[in-house]
Amino acid sequence: MSATAPPDDARATAGLRLPSAARLGIDRTGIELRAFVRERDAVIFIFTYPLIMMVIFATVFSGQDQSADGYGVPFAQYFLPGMVATGIMLTSFQSLATSIAVERDDGTLKRLRATPLPAVSYFYGKIGLILLTTIVQTSLLLVLAATVYDVPMPADVSSWATFAWVFVLGTTTGTICGVAFSSLPRSGKSATAVVTPVVLVLQFISGVFFAFFALPSWMQTVASVFPLKWMAQGMRSVFLPHDAQVLEVAGTWQHGATAAVLGAWLVVGLVVGIRTFRWRRRDDG
Amino acid sequence: MDTTRRETRSVIDVRGLRKRYGTKQAVDGLDLRVDQGEIFAVLGPNGAGKTTTVEILEGFRDRDSGEVTVLGQDPASGGRAWRSRLGVVLQDSRDQVELTVRELVRHFAGFYPAGRDPEEVIDAVGLREKESTRARHLSGGQRRRLDVALGIVGRPELLFLDEPTTGFDPQARRSFWELVRSLREDGTTILLTTHYLDEAAFLADRVAVVRDGRVVALDTPDALGGPQARRPVVRWTGPDGTTHAERTTHPERLVAELTANGALDGEAPGLQVEHPSLEDVYLELIGTAAPTTASTTATTTAPEGSTQGRSTEEVAR
Repeated sequence: MSATAPPDDARATAGLRLPSAARLGIDRTGIELRAFVRERDAVIFIFTYPLIMMVIFATVFSGQDQSADGYGVPFAQYFLPGMVATGIMLTSFQSLATSIAVERDDGTLKRLRATPLPAVSYFYGKIGLILLTTIVQTSLLLVLAATVYDVPMPADVSSWATFAWVFVLGTTTGTICGVAFSSLPRSGKSATAVVTPVVLVLQFISGVFFAFFALPSWMQTVASVFPLKWMAQGMRSVFLPHDAQVLEVAGTWQHGATAAVLGAWLVVGLVVGIRTFRWRRRDDG
Repeated sequence: MDTTRRETRSVIDVRGLRKRYGTKQAVDGLDLRVDQGEIFAVLGPNGAGKTTTVEILEGFRDRDSGEVTVLGQDPASGGRAWRSRLGVVLQDSRDQVELTVRELVRHFAGFYPAGRDPEEVIDAVGLREKESTRARHLSGGQRRRLDVALGIVGRPELLFLDEPTTGFDPQARRSFWELVRSLREDGTTILLTTHYLDEAAFLADRVAVVRDGRVVALDTPDALGGPQARRPVVRWTGPDGTTHAERTTHPERLVAELTANGALDGEAPGLQVEHPSLEDVYLELIGTAAPTTASTTATTTAPEGSTQGRSTEEVAR
């Protein structure tokens, strides 16, 4: 404190550089992680929800197949891709839509806005946190399915390549839509109440809890507008045998359509997010 | 003010600032100049336009019209380099509660090109014993000290303090004031908004009173309001037991006159010369003068037994 501030021109001539946005993004990831692991209930929810669902459904329907027209796959094997997709949506879309709404409400965003922290570094931090949590959560789920429920893991490179792009595109789209959606709740307190029903309804109509082919066709049509259905379908193309395509409504995995719908939501989320993102609460002008 | 201040650079320069929300003209042609190295207090009732003005200066809000320069730049287009020279301590804070004092101070220090040493900052705000405590578990005063730590860790040239001591106990306020003074000694210019007149009187080099979106008075805390508003009040009890009060620029002369004409005897019971406090002056400036001030201006050296004298007596009882 004893040192006096260098005058302006001294700062300029000393060539003091602002820290890079990338380095600050890494700092932000670190601080986001610390804050995240200390919110014990959130950690428990994020990591155990897909596992508990997997255990419940795989146990209740153990020994049964999801089958139609004489072709079937074991229940756990059909359920796993839907749960992987749901997990991605939880860690990206739901957690971000809620946490940004809370941070807007409690003043975190306004405080950061008052510093030279670049906006992109804030989002780098969010993306870093989401990537890490999603990877951990998906890994736990795959290990559980493979070891306890004997779900076969794909052995070929092309399946894992499909997994990689669906995972990355799904996480990115979920993240960006989460940022856009965070402007909707009026307060931090209402954030969970606003976000959860959306997520829950999508899980029911997108072929996560029930086999997608068994749903009424109007419900299938509605679900086809939203990303979760396509993420689940994309993950089924990874974890189900090639022949299981006959269980899909279209009779194929529709990778092109999956990429197109997820990509479209990514663009829509980006446009809406950029237009609606606010650093301050609504009642704060 | 004195000539040395005139020669120094202005850190904040505002001319004809206007901002309207719907039908409410929140800021209505406000002018302000804050010089380098001073503590400048902005006083005013709620809704006077203080917060709107400060948030425009901080770059949080757009303005409708007027010229605004903060550290040589227009806040509306201030980039990262400009922000790195500012410190902002916002009004209420309940954010980032899971992180500890040290984590937050270190993290924020990393945002700036020439920040202070986080450890020095923790010592300066007196949070050494709480360095490993999460923000959630800090008391109100400690939380405010953390806010200041985060505001000054970037070594700002200009620090905004928005109602920094609301909810403090007297001891915490006093030590907070010492901290703010030490920042000025380090060369930081400080813009302070506050509801507490004693805070402004203790800290500020100059005070601006804002009312209806305009600056209605601007001076040092001792001189605010001008000589008229600063006239002392002389109170005394006459030989018949009635109390009197009179406002005058020359209290000694009045007392001498009263003694000479027998209105006061040697004992002079209840003789008081009261100088208006900053609070009295402020209340008069914002148009809600304190009742005592109102009655004293109305009362003059009333003749004995007059109704006015009696009513004053009744009030006194």
